[in-house]
Parts: sequence; structure tokens; C-alpha cells
Amino acid sequence: MHANGVRALHAVSFGAVRGERIAIIGPSGAGKTTLLRILGASLRPSEGAVAVLDRNPWQLNASRLRRLRRRIGMIHQAPPIPPRQRVVTAVLAGRLGEWPWWKSALSLLYPVDIAGARAELARLELAERLFERSDRLSGGQLQRVGVARVLYQRPDLLLADEPVSAMDPALADLTVNRLHADASARGVTLIASLHAVDLALRWFPRVIGIKSGSIVFDRPPVKITDAMLQDLYASESGYLPTQDNRPLEVAPQALRRIAPPRVG
Amino acid sequence: MAALVLWPLLVLAEFRPGVLLDPANLRVMRDFLGAFFPPALQPDFIALLARATVETLAIATAGTAIAMLIAMPLAFVVSDALSVSRIGPGPGRVAGGAVRAAARLMTAGLRSIPEVVWALLLVRAFGLGPAAGVLAIGVTYGGMLGKVYAEILESGDTRPARSLLEAGSGRLAAFSYGLLPGAAQELASYTIYRWECGVRAAVVMGLVGAGGLGQLLDQSIKMLNGGEVATTLAVFLLLVFIADALSAALRKLLA
Amino acid sequence: MTAQAKGWLATVAAFAVVWASFRYLSIDPGQLFNAESGRQLADYASRFFPPETSAAYLREIGRGAVETLAVSALGTLLAMAAGLALALPASGRFGAISRLAVRLVLNFLRSVPELVWGALMVLAAGLGPFAGTLALALHTSGVLGRLFAEALENAPPEPARALSAAGSPSGLAFLYGTFPVVMPQLIAYSLYRWEMNVRMATVLGFVGAGGLGQMLYYELSLLREPQACTVIIAMLALVILIDAASAWARRRL
Repeated sequence: MHANGVRALHAVSFGAVRGERIAIIGPSGAGKTTLLRILGASLRPSEGAVAVLDRNPWQLNASRLRRLRRRIGMIHQAPPIPPRQRVVTAVLAGRLGEWPWWKSALSLLYPVDIAGARAELARLELAERLFERSDRLSGGQLQRVGVARVLYQRPDLLLADEPVSAMDPALADLTVNRLHADASARGVTLIASLHAVDLALRWFPRVIGIKSGSIVFDRPPVKITDAMLQDLYASESGYLPTQDNRPLEVAPQALRRIAPPRVG
Repeated sequence: MAALVLWPLLVLAEFRPGVLLDPANLRVMRDFLGAFFPPALQPDFIALLARATVETLAIATAGTAIAMLIAMPLAFVVSDALSVSRIGPGPGRVAGGAVRAAARLMTAGLRSIPEVVWALLLVRAFGLGPAAGVLAIGVTYGGMLGKVYAEILESGDTRPARSLLEAGSGRLAAFSYGLLPGAAQELASYTIYRWECGVRAAVVMGLVGAGGLGQLLDQSIKMLNGGEVATTLAVFLLLVFIADALSAALRKLLA
Repeated sequence: MTAQAKGWLATVAAFAVVWASFRYLSIDPGQLFNAESGRQLADYASRFFPPETSAAYLREIGRGAVETLAVSALGTLLAMAAGLALALPASGRFGAISRLAVRLVLNFLRSVPELVWGALMVLAAGLGPFAGTLALALHTSGVLGRLFAEALENAPPEPARALSAAGSPSGLAFLYGTFPVVMPQLIAYSLYRWEMNVRMATVLGFVGAGGLGQMLYYELSLLREPQACTVIIAMLALVILIDAASAWARRRL
């Protein structure tokens, strides 16, 4: 997959194989969201070529493009869920792309697959909120609903734009674990942009650093040096953001030698 | 200078206040007004009035329903919030833009011709009676509702719908799951307001033959039956008052 | 009952009411929208084209349009005067009882639709544009009277009060103190109302009050559809012109 954008992204070029798990880190405004949107076929690059799931989305006709988009799941940082919608309906909306119209309509009246929604939410420790209204949830809970929706969608490509930014460290860990588990179990690609460096280093075998619209490095964590990290976040005075907002306690070197916990 | 403008106006409008004082006319008027009292209260006329009132309400309701049926697809097409081709931008955006513009033109066209004109034409086409009134309201209000629905849909938070479209869902699903929860109340509120206007419009259209209280009123006036006119007018004012109160109560209930 | 249950109840009730309405009117939507009536409509519509465009007829149309405009302008002017006169008691200057009484009159004037007034005025003053002018004047007096009264009630009382305190009679205090403040608003309301009255004036003709409306009714009754088509186009053109003119005027102000 290549992308080459003006202003937001410059000469970005990388590829990914099916089943890879990639984390994207970088300071705010670096272009992480733009990159993810291009990968998600919702933004058309003004220059360069894109191939997602072996297809160039911008050369497809409308119905093929729609089928391609169904196979891509995007988790947004701020979940786009209408405030008055109940959690169960929001989660089930993940499969709207594949359901026939009567099923979608029926689900509005009475959710057609409560068990399925509950299963996804249970893995994110949110099952008890199944019938609550979205505007009664906290930020972190709402983010988990957004994740549950995309997991329910069972896409062939999982994209996540800072999916755990509002969660406390334990929940964030749990959520990234869950994303991992799902991606491994189904053998699909997961690309996530993360604010917290420790999460990226701990969970992902390949980390891409982006700064000011260009890729600065693209390596497995063991090959990423402290100097590279400091340089990446130079604009934020070299402060490395972590999920629990405490400085990276364990020396980054030590962190990277820890194998990611077994998924299961 | 004002007088200079006023004079031709008076001439053009055949402004002859003297006519009002013409004895023959005055007599007609006085008889007519005099006949207002006593107002006609015979039981069979009252029964006729009651039926006509229900008919007027039915015309307004049926007409508004048809208007909604016309307005919803129009609003879908016109609304940028449900446009798939704008995401990216993707394939078909030129055609999409053209279709949107055409639909906008159509809504404007439907809105511009007053419903009474439609009623007059439809009475010629379909004959006297409520059908013409129902269609006239349906068509004109379809345009009005279409424009306002589209505005309501675009003014809310469009991200839920857009993210559903980006995940490959159809437009109807994106609307129902993404836009409807937030917009439902405003949509319903405006529709009820339009229904209330429809009750008044139904009576006015009856004057050109589209059924209901208006047609009764027209007949009574043509027969110079002041008593009937008085009662009918009174019933009409009452109806408008009730419709107003009902609409306000329903809209408050929705809030 | 939860909000969602209330929502579903409301939707079901709405469907029931709509279905009942169609049944009461004995209108079968299927019949209304099937191919047969579509063909009937298309047939009828085709009789309208091409519209009549002979020079003589266009001159008549021009006359009708001018008549319509005159009716609307005069009617609005009369309504402005009457509205202002009625707004004085309606804003409470002459006591609470007169305020209530006049407000009732204003309500009555504006609740009766213009077309009904038109039919009544045709009775009083005969067919023709005079009836239309009277009808518009009566209805619009009610509308403008209420708007003016509200504007007067919301106007700041200080200027007039200051003048009264300095010894001027209350009438002059009003003229020099309150009136200049509210006048721009009153003029704005009146212009807006005039715009709407042009539309109403075209329609008033249907009951015999002159102008383009009466022409349309006449042509349709004589089954002269091409001429009727020209009249409709003229009506639309007039409305579009007035809309554009007032938008331009508003931008200037």
C-alpha cells in the first residue's frame, strides 16, 4: 500500500502483508489520521496510488467500492454513535453493510442478534451496559462500544485511530489485547495509530513512526532506539506519551525485549 | 410624490369606495349580514357541518401523509449528509451532484405554485371533491417538507451516518441508524406544524371545490345564505383553534 | 413508559389516523396512483402545451399582472394604515378593556383566510379587483395590526416619557418619541407582507377578485388550457420577480 499526499502526508510509502499487526505512532498533527483514512478508502489521495486488499479503491465503481468498504473496519477516536441510540443497536450497526434491508429495519424495532452483541461487549467487559443509551456512558466506555461495533463487523482489515485514548491503562491493555486476539484468530491485518508509546511497543511486532507527514522509521520494536523515539517526539519536547501518563518507567530497551503476552 | 403613485394604483385596482355605498349593493350586503343572525342551527345542517369538518381534517391528514411520502426520498437525494459519492470523493460524484441539483430544483418547483392553483387544476382533472385537495396539499407540502427535512438532516451531527456509509452500509440504513435518532424529534415537530397549516389550506381549497368545510362555505355564499355562512365561519374558527392547540400539545409532548 | 415505547406508540397512532383519513374520504391510494389516473393526468397536462403566446394575449396578461400588483399594493397600504390605527389600542394605550376588544377583532381579521374574505367581499362590492383589495386590506390589517401592536409594546418607553415630562401632549410624545423608533420595523413587516400579498392577490382572483387569478379561473372554465398555461407561467414569473426585487431591496437596506 502506497500513499503520497501533499500537505498532510509527504512521500509516504509502505506495504503490508495480510495478517500483519502494525502500530503507528507520532506526535499530534503528524498525519496519522489522514493515513488511516486513506487506507480506509474514505479519503482520496491527491497524488500517488493506493491499493487496499489488493484493489485500488478509486478505480472501482460504486457498488464494488461499497463491497470493499464493507470489508474494512474503522475504529474512530471519537465514536460516531448518535447520543440517544442504545448500545446494542450501535454494536449491531456494524453489520449493516451485509444485512438485507428488512433485517436492518427489523433490528431498529427489536435487536435481531442480542447474543452476538452481548458476546462482543462481554469481551470488552461492557456486557452489563447492553441496553443503555449511549449518552449515559463515559468516554472510555463509549470508545469500547465503537471497538465492539467494528469487531462485530468482522472486517478483513482492521483500522483503529487512537482507539483507547480515553481509557485507563488496564482497560486500554484489555482492549488492545482483544483487538489482537481478533486479528490473529481471523488472520486479518490490524493497523492502529496509538498515542501511547508503551502500548505500541508492547503489543505490535511492527511500529511505524510518523512525523510531519513523513515516515521516520518502520521497524520491529527491538530495533527502535531511544534516540529515534526522542527524535520522533522532539516537537513535544521529547516527552514520550504513555497510557498511564507516567514516564516510560521500564527502560524502553527492556520493554522491547519482553515478548507480547500470549493472546487467548 | 406619494399621491402620484397612489392615483394610478387606485385607478388600476378599480378602487371605487362609492360602490360600497351603492344602494343596491348595500341592500344585498345588509340582507346578507342581517341573515348572519340568527346563525343557521338546524340539526341537519349541523350534521352536514360535522361531516364536512371531519372531511377537512381527513384531507389535511391524508395530504400531509402523501407530502411525507414525496418529501422523504427527495430529502434523501438532496441531503449531502447521505451522499456516498462525496466520500473520498469517490466514483459518480459528477452524476451525484447533478441529481442533487435536479432534485433541489424539483422541490423548489413544487413549493412555488400555491396549493390553491394546484387544487383548481386538479379539480378540473379529477372532478370536485376531496381527492383534488389531498393531492394539492400532497404536492405543495411535499416540496416544503422535502426542503426542510434536508435542512434538518444536514444541520445535525452527520458523522454517525458518514461512518456507516464508509463501512459500506446502504443509504437507508445509514439514515435510520445514523441520522434518525438525532433528527426524529425535529422532523416530527415540523411535520405536525405543516399538518396544522394543512387544515387551514384544506378549507381554503374547498372554496374552489376540493371538499370539506370550504366547499360548504362556497355553496352557502353563492346562495346568499348568511345564517349558514355565519355558522360555518364560526365552526372554521373553532377548528383552527383546536388544530392549533392540538399541534402545540403534540409538539410539546415530543420535546 | 420509556421514551422509545412512546415513540413507537406515536408512530402506530399516526399510521392509524392516516389510514382512517383515507378510508373516510373513500380515496383508495391505489386507485389514485395507478396507471389509469396517471394517463388521465398526463392527458390533461398535455392539453396545456404549447402555451398561448400571441401578442394580443400577452398584452392582456400584462394588464392582469398590473392589476394584481395594484391590488396587492393598495391592499397592503390600506392595511398599514388600518393596522397602525388598530395597533394603538391593541398595545394598551387606551386601557386594558380596549386592548382585549381590539385584539379579538384583530384575531378575527387574520384568522379568516384571505380567500374567504375575497368571497365575502365579492358579495359586497361585486366582481373585480376592488373586492380583492378590500379582502387583502381586511386580512392584512389583522396581521399587521398584531405585529405593529407587539412592536409598540416592545418599544422603549423612555423617549416618549421624556417628552411628556417636558410637557408635550401624549399624542405628540408618541409621534416624536416612540414612532420613529419602531418605524423601520413596521416598514419591514409591511414589505414582507406585501411580498406575500402578491401571491395572495394572484389567488384571490379565483373567487372573482380580478387580476391573473380571475383570468386563470375564466380560462379553465372555458377549457382554454393553452391560455391557462400562459397565465400560470405569468403568475410564477410575477412571484419570482417580486422575490428577487425584495431580496435586492433588503440587501440595499
